[in-house]
Formats: sequence, structure tokens, C-alpha cells
Amino acid sequence: MQTEVPAEDVRAQLLEFVTSLVSTELGPDEDYFAQGLISSLVALELVTFVEHRFGLTVDVADLDLDNFRTVNRLTGFVLAKTAG
Amino acid sequence: MDPGEFDAAGWDERGVLPVEVREAVARAGWLGTDIPVDHGGKGHSQRELGELCAEIGAVCGSVRALLTVQGMVSAAIARWGTAAQRAAWLPALATGDRLAGFAATETGAGTELSAVDTRFERDGGVLTVTGGKRWITFGQEATVFLVLGKLEGKLTTVLVEADRAGVTTEPVRGQLGLRAAMIAHVGFDGVRVPAENLLAPPGFGLSQVVTTALDHGRFTVAWGCAGMAAACVDDAAGHTARRRQGGVPLAAHELVRSMLARMAVDATAARQLCVAAADARDAKEPGAIAATVMAKYAAARAAASASQDAVQLLGSAGCAPDSRAGRFFRDAKVMQIIEGSDQVSELHIADHLLRRYRTGESA
Repeated sequence: MQTEVPAEDVRAQLLEFVTSLVSTELGPDEDYFAQGLISSLVALELVTFVEHRFGLTVDVADLDLDNFRTVNRLTGFVLAKTAG
Repeated sequence: MDPGEFDAAGWDERGVLPVEVREAVARAGWLGTDIPVDHGGKGHSQRELGELCAEIGAVCGSVRALLTVQGMVSAAIARWGTAAQRAAWLPALATGDRLAGFAATETGAGTELSAVDTRFERDGGVLTVTGGKRWITFGQEATVFLVLGKLEGKLTTVLVEADRAGVTTEPVRGQLGLRAAMIAHVGFDGVRVPAENLLAPPGFGLSQVVTTALDHGRFTVAWGCAGMAAACVDDAAGHTARRRQGGVPLAAHELVRSMLARMAVDATAARQLCVAAADARDAKEPGAIAATVMAKYAAARAAASASQDAVQLLGSAGCAPDSRAGRFFRDAKVMQIIEGSDQVSELHIADHLLRRYRTGESA
């Protein structure tokens, strides 16, 4: 049973991690993929981080860039997965 | 099955891993070591997989390479396949009923895999695959290839059975190392496969499928290299302790002891980095990917330096056709190139290191 995490906590944790992945401060709606800041290896690390931190499984149906391209989209994805 | 009984030097000389050896590897269950039990594998931990690869790698890089390539494709399917794809492919990969090839590299796409020219085209419920792949480990024997290409301009992967019309293989012989790994260049000339062979939709970055496969490959290569380095330390220490020059063992000379000490430290350190990577992977930590890059980099370098020093200390015995150190001297150079060259690994390791400083935490 997943403990419910407040949206702002999720957003803050994701923003901190994604900011650590790239070399610049990010806004929650900035598309770090479009900016070319995420290599393939780092993309896999981002997926693994989300799984590990929030206790969820990213499966093949979730492999949509729209779930991952900004901190706000990623927050929405995490909240939707953990709500189930 | 006991790796101590392998005729690794003979297989290397003939450029063949005999079919009965591949079958024995399969019967031992090694090909399904970390495939989940409910898909026919042994479900072992990454640490157990690593230890096995070190044990095998200390004897034969080509058998280790068989585990590596099967593991790469299996890991990709286990991670990113649909339930139907996992059920369809993993049991046969776990038992070795199917042998996998990882078909990514091309003439114009090595480190920069996103530059691949291979094309996938939809034709109703069929995908057509056209392209040429290079340096496919066990490409001569694989019965299914995980192929990287572009579908509608986006990178993705398709599983292509080797017996489909339009698949051709050209054996590669006499390459520097891994001579028994039955490497081939593989052509796909308008090969038609059912659309359900598409493994994961076009994703983001290079392709999560390929990145997952390469991450797994890096891990088993790392452990294999740790095994190679340890074997070279054994051979060098054993030879220099026994071999006498000027009335004393070679190991009585301080310069020889200095080499042995450096070899032992490098080999042990590399192994500890492999253990750290295994622990991170078993805990499913996000840092496991970077830890694996570091382990592979360190272990490949340790294998290269230890094999070079072992050949030097063994002298003519190290240059003999059946010399393990001599074979590992050739194999280890390949290890510094595949699954991320030393230079690309350095970039990634430094990038990972610098993250903390870029965000100003150290200010």
C-alpha cells in the first residue's frame, strides 16, 4: 500500500533530482529533453529514480516522453501512478 | 559444468565455441541466471550473476560473452516487453532454446548509436526491417536479433528471428580478441516480421531498450574483466614464485614484486567496484547505472594492465599460443572498447561527479 505523498513534496523532490541531473536551474515547466540536457543513460537513471523514490514501476505503457519531459508532467505522472 | 574444464585456448585458436559447449552452458542454466523464475529463469541476484561472470571470465571471455549478450537481450525484454512479449521470449532465452544477438552497431554508428541507418517500415500488421549491422557477438549462431533502427524517423527496437527471409550473416574471423565469440556482420534486407515484434514504442533519449541492454552488458563485462584480472594475478604470481633466474625465484626481485603488488591492488579494487555496482543494482538504486559504468571502466582497465604485466612476467610462456595471459591481453583490449569505450566512460563518470558541484551544494 503506497502512502500518499503530497503533490508539493513530489514536485520538490523531482525538481531537486532533475536539477542535479542537468547543469542548470530548471523551472517546473521547462522541457529538459527538448533542451538536449538528458542523455540516454541519464534518462534511464531518471526512470530508475522515480521508481525507487516513489515505489512505483514504470512499464512499457508509461514510456511516453510526455510523462517525463518537465517536472510538472513528471509530478502528474507520479501522482497518477501512486494514486492507483 | 566446471569452467576449469574449458578448452578456452583451443576454441580461441579455432575461432569456434562448439555447439556442445553452448548446449552445456544452456543446460547449466547459466543463460537464465537473472531472468525471473516465473519466466523460466533462475531469478538470481545481480551479485550472483556477477560472481558467475567473474568465474567464467577468468577462464574464457567468449563463454562470458555468450552470457553477456543473452543477458542484454533478456534484460531488455524483461524490463520493457509487454506481458505477452515476456511470456513469448523469456522462457526460450532462459533455457537457451533461443540464442540472442544484439544488433545495434553499424558502419556509421558505433559510440553514437543514434546515427543508425537501419529502417523499420510499417506495412499493415507487418514491419519491414532493412539495414546492416556489424560486430554482432554470436551473430553466427543467434536465432533472434534485437535490432536498433528508426521507425518514422524515431529510434526503436524490433526482434527479428534469424530464420526469416532476408537475414544474412557474414562470419568475422581473426579479430583481435574474443575469437570464439562467433562474431558476424548481419544484414537485414527487407525482412518482414509481425508488428508484435516491436519492442517498446519509440521512446525518449536513445531508446530505453538499448540503454537497458547496454547497462546490463556493461555489468557482466565488468565482472568478466574482474575475473580476467584476478586470473592474470594468479598466473603472474604462480610463475614468478616458481621460475628461477640467477639462483633465486623471479619473485625475489623487487621490480617483479612491485608489478605484482600493483596488479593485485588494481584487480582487487576493480572487483570491489563490481560488488558495489551489484549491490546498487540489487537495491534498484538510481545510482546503479553510474556505479556500473565505473565498475566496467575500472575492471576493463585492470584486465588490460594485469594481462599486459602478466605476459611481461611470463615472458615466452606468456606469448605461447595456449597462454591464458596472452589471450586475455588480446581480449582485454576489446573490453576497453565495447559497451562504452574508456573515453566515453570517463565522460560519464566525470559528468556524474560534477553534478553535485554544478548545483552549488559545495559552495
